[in-house]
Amino acid sequence: MKINLKVWRQKNNNTPGKLVEYQLDNISPDMSFLEMFDVLNGELTKKGEEIVAFDHDCREGICGSCSMYINGRAHGPQTGATTCQLHMRSFNDGDTIVVEPWRARAFPVIKDLVVDRSAFDRVIQAGGYVSVNTGSARDANEILIPRTVADEAMDAAACIGCGACVAACKNASAMLFVSAKVSQLAILPQGKAESQQRAERMVAQMDAEGFGACSFTGACSVECPKSISLDHIARMNREYLGAKLTSDNVQG
Amino acid sequence: MKLDSKIPEGPLAEKWARHKFGLKLVNPANKRKYDIIVVGTGLAGASAAASLAELGYNVKALTFHDSARRAHSIAAQGGINAAKNYQNDGDSVFRLFYDTIKGGDYRAREGNVYRLAEVSVNIIDQCVAQGVPFAREYGGLLANRSFGGAQVSRTFYARGQTGQQLLLGAYSALSRQVTTGKVKMLTRTELLDIVVEGGKARGIVTRNLITGKIESHSAHAVLLCTGGYGNVFYLSTNAMNSNVTAAWRAHKHGALFANPCFTQIHPTCIPVKGDYQSKLTLMSESLRNDGRVWVPKTKEDAEKIRKGQLKPTDLKEEDRDYFLERRYPSFGNLVPRDVASRNAKYVCDEGRGVSKTGLAVYLDFADAIKRDGRKTIEAKYGNLFEMYEKIVDDNPYETPMMIYPAVHYTMGGLWVDYNLMTSIPGLYALGEANFSDHGANRLGASALMQGLADGYFVIPYTVGDYLATIGPADKLPVDAPAFKEAEQRVTDQIQRLLSIKGTKPVDEFHRQLGLIMWDYCGMSRNAEGLKKAKKMIQDLKAEFWSNVRIMGENEEMNQSLEGAGRVADFIELGALMVDDALNREESCGGHFREEHQTEDGEALRDDANFAYVAAWEYQGENQPETLHKEILEFENVKLTQRSYK
Amino acid sequence: MAWVTQTLSSSLGRKVIMSLTGLFLSTFLIVHMAGNLQLFKADGGRAFNEYTYFMTHNPLIITVSYLLYTSILVHALMALVLTRHNSASRPVKYAYSKPEANSPWASRNMGILGTVLLVFIIIHMRTFWYEMHFGSVPMAEYDGKQYKDLYAVVKVAFAEWWYVLLYVLSMVAVGYHLAHGFQSGFQTLGVRHPKYTPIIETVGRYFFAFIIPAAFAAMPIYVFLQVHGIL
Repeated sequence: MKINLKVWRQKNNNTPGKLVEYQLDNISPDMSFLEMFDVLNGELTKKGEEIVAFDHDCREGICGSCSMYINGRAHGPQTGATTCQLHMRSFNDGDTIVVEPWRARAFPVIKDLVVDRSAFDRVIQAGGYVSVNTGSARDANEILIPRTVADEAMDAAACIGCGACVAACKNASAMLFVSAKVSQLAILPQGKAESQQRAERMVAQMDAEGFGACSFTGACSVECPKSISLDHIARMNREYLGAKLTSDNVQG
Repeated sequence: MKLDSKIPEGPLAEKWARHKFGLKLVNPANKRKYDIIVVGTGLAGASAAASLAELGYNVKALTFHDSARRAHSIAAQGGINAAKNYQNDGDSVFRLFYDTIKGGDYRAREGNVYRLAEVSVNIIDQCVAQGVPFAREYGGLLANRSFGGAQVSRTFYARGQTGQQLLLGAYSALSRQVTTGKVKMLTRTELLDIVVEGGKARGIVTRNLITGKIESHSAHAVLLCTGGYGNVFYLSTNAMNSNVTAAWRAHKHGALFANPCFTQIHPTCIPVKGDYQSKLTLMSESLRNDGRVWVPKTKEDAEKIRKGQLKPTDLKEEDRDYFLERRYPSFGNLVPRDVASRNAKYVCDEGRGVSKTGLAVYLDFADAIKRDGRKTIEAKYGNLFEMYEKIVDDNPYETPMMIYPAVHYTMGGLWVDYNLMTSIPGLYALGEANFSDHGANRLGASALMQGLADGYFVIPYTVGDYLATIGPADKLPVDAPAFKEAEQRVTDQIQRLLSIKGTKPVDEFHRQLGLIMWDYCGMSRNAEGLKKAKKMIQDLKAEFWSNVRIMGENEEMNQSLEGAGRVADFIELGALMVDDALNREESCGGHFREEHQTEDGEALRDDANFAYVAAWEYQGENQPETLHKEILEFENVKLTQRSYK
Repeated sequence: MAWVTQTLSSSLGRKVIMSLTGLFLSTFLIVHMAGNLQLFKADGGRAFNEYTYFMTHNPLIITVSYLLYTSILVHALMALVLTRHNSASRPVKYAYSKPEANSPWASRNMGILGTVLLVFIIIHMRTFWYEMHFGSVPMAEYDGKQYKDLYAVVKVAFAEWWYVLLYVLSMVAVGYHLAHGFQSGFQTLGVRHPKYTPIIETVGRYFFAFIIPAAFAAMPIYVFLQVHGIL
């Protein structure tokens, strides 16, 4: 296959970037999208040019590292999959493919296609946990969790933290990511004790990071590699409003 | 050097309890006077960092990823073992211990493995309390499934994403400690050197992967939780960035490297498609419960299939060779990982492999579908079939799946004593980074168990003993000469790499190394091949240091530079693996020496001469390493030859 | 009261304001439409004029009408605040984006639709509300009682084809705005349930996004056709 690439190149956060065109002639349809980038980088090195920086690691759709905005869509044309799970057979010979980094104020570009997603970590640090110290847990089977509840919590917990929801949202909103964690821990009995302050704190941190608000377009859920449902956003709204109206926290 | 494993005296079941009692404690008020560095934030690292911070120590945790949550533990699919006996099927701590020792082909320490089995039950409690959504029965109790190498159901799981859920649990505990300020989290930061002074680990030197800044970090103890080195084979199920650099650089400072040749090859992976391949994807072992493994009986048929002139479904029953069922009538397709892998290699070496490359065998579900119906098979393996179809673009319900073995896990690693301390005082290794509790072969669902056991329940006790011994004052400032020298070493190496300006990209060297390792130090090994490999690796090393091409500079994000440093270490490790494989004149677990097999081609252990841990000591650039032997003593199990006929 | 201001200035709090004002405006539409159906009565505008009299003199309705004006203003201002915030959340836009692959058009263009509606509301209120309150509306007498003849104003306004067209197009915008807005309002309040969400979606899609705007659009068309003697 022949492929024309337009790739975002940006030296660092302080330098403006631009789309640069590359042509690749010997692309196999069985290659993964990232393997196509390996080929590009091999050729660039041989030509004496700097390679395109991009985040990637497990290459099996679970680590959440890869983050390319391909032909106008987060993780490319496939749904329910990450960039590393996309294969060149999804494109046609001679296609032009535009590849950009995630774009959001909260995800500044570090270099080329690499962005800084530490905002997600800070949101989790604000309350995405159950306060239990090592060694103080009781027997696992003392907490009964009906299968349907466990399944629903697992649906939310499947989030890989890639940021496709933010990238796809017209408002660069992180609601799907934040709600997946709020919801998982709100559903499970273990998370109940802290559910009010969790919702309050995580939403406050989400806002502080500069993510947009939710317009309920549904783009996040469609582009989410794990197809996380909008139900979780509703649950977080409920948790947050409930917390604001009933918690005894008068400071904010 | 004398290796002291510090295995406590006394009956097996009391060793850990007695040992814990004997360990020195750090008074709660004094804990804040100690600094601990945790390198890596996978299951072992994140759980250790969180638990130590909860105790009150000042922890600095670092990862080369952009977030602690991306460590490769996240990719583990199957599950985690624990001797809970919730199923009332006869499980016990002793049975888990026994299965693990036997599965490891009697090359692990009894004391360590028993402790692992003992704390396994606490791990499940801890993870459930954190909100890990394990699979449940309708009534709300935890569900279990069975896994290879065990006759009881003791594996806990969260769909096919158990590793992810356990890691996110540990990551949440870690995040909580970041908020309390007890953990300082450094992301996109890679360890490049370890500082040893006065016979103790004093800290580390790192490179900031965004700015290229070289920095020193001082601490009373350093924990390496940096995972395995399967990527020495280039193609493996490991993540692309998994590397041996931390462990290897510790090794160069005197930490012994144990059993480097013990690598696990997983039989059911999606085969290699082309030269561009960057990584191999694992398909769960559970597929072998219903799939039948076969290749064509004749080379001619296999060739026609490879050329696309014949479809596998066209081949008549009598023209197929169900080689596992033929050779192992009682275990059939369910023989252990190493046996299944080796046999797949044999039939492909005979020229009977399928797929364009000839390096694949069929895993056929046609009979299972005929027997149980497509619905049943879909319910069991639907997501796996989907994953396969996404990658291979072939429908496994209609044409048999193609599989081939791939490197999956490394049992070898830094030598540690019972306290998880390496041969450098103050330097610890946890999880896959240490030579671990798995002997020569790891059972399924045991890697997650070990990583979390080390981090949650072993290191919080054992590190205190060391800290109480040295006292809070025994720490170097980061401007001490030892740190400055280490920074200089790191800077020099980076400059040396950048100044080569050769012609070949880093990846090509890595790929070449991988091929050498796979061909000669992979599923089966022989002296002649290993010697040849040794020479090839030496040549490759020379070529690397004279012809590698790295564009860009240090003072920026530079992924080729990162890769170059890692590949340089892999090349050196490769040479040691070959030495270790040559030295071990027996076949055990994942290590199969063709010279040592039974008449019908099975692994032949030599307990009289090789029931030891081979711990290697670095002697300097291009010098042969010195072998130290830690003799393994078995008081509670009887060593037997495995048979699956 | 720090918690109140903080809640209402959070992104979720702002959306709640949008939701509550929006849902209130939606219910107003029902009342407004029901009342305006009087236009279809062939009584020379009497029922309509009596209805407008009631609407401008009943103290409860007057109170609610101030709530209504406030809601419109708050809804519009908050939309402006949110739009600016959302736009600032992505300072560098994508060179190439294909949002139509993942979301309906209306959901992404509520701001544009809302702006159209705001302009419409201003024109609409200038034509009728302003005339009714401050303009010189001819008087009509029913059973000896004087009424402002707003119906006459209606006839004049809807005699112009372009004015009718403006109304019809604006009602299309209302339809799209509510097709997304109605169910989105419930989502913001956290009302989502496998049993009730489908009902909300159906009500939003058929009643608010189709029947109401269609009924509103029928009024100017009907009057236009009547004035020009076609009906």
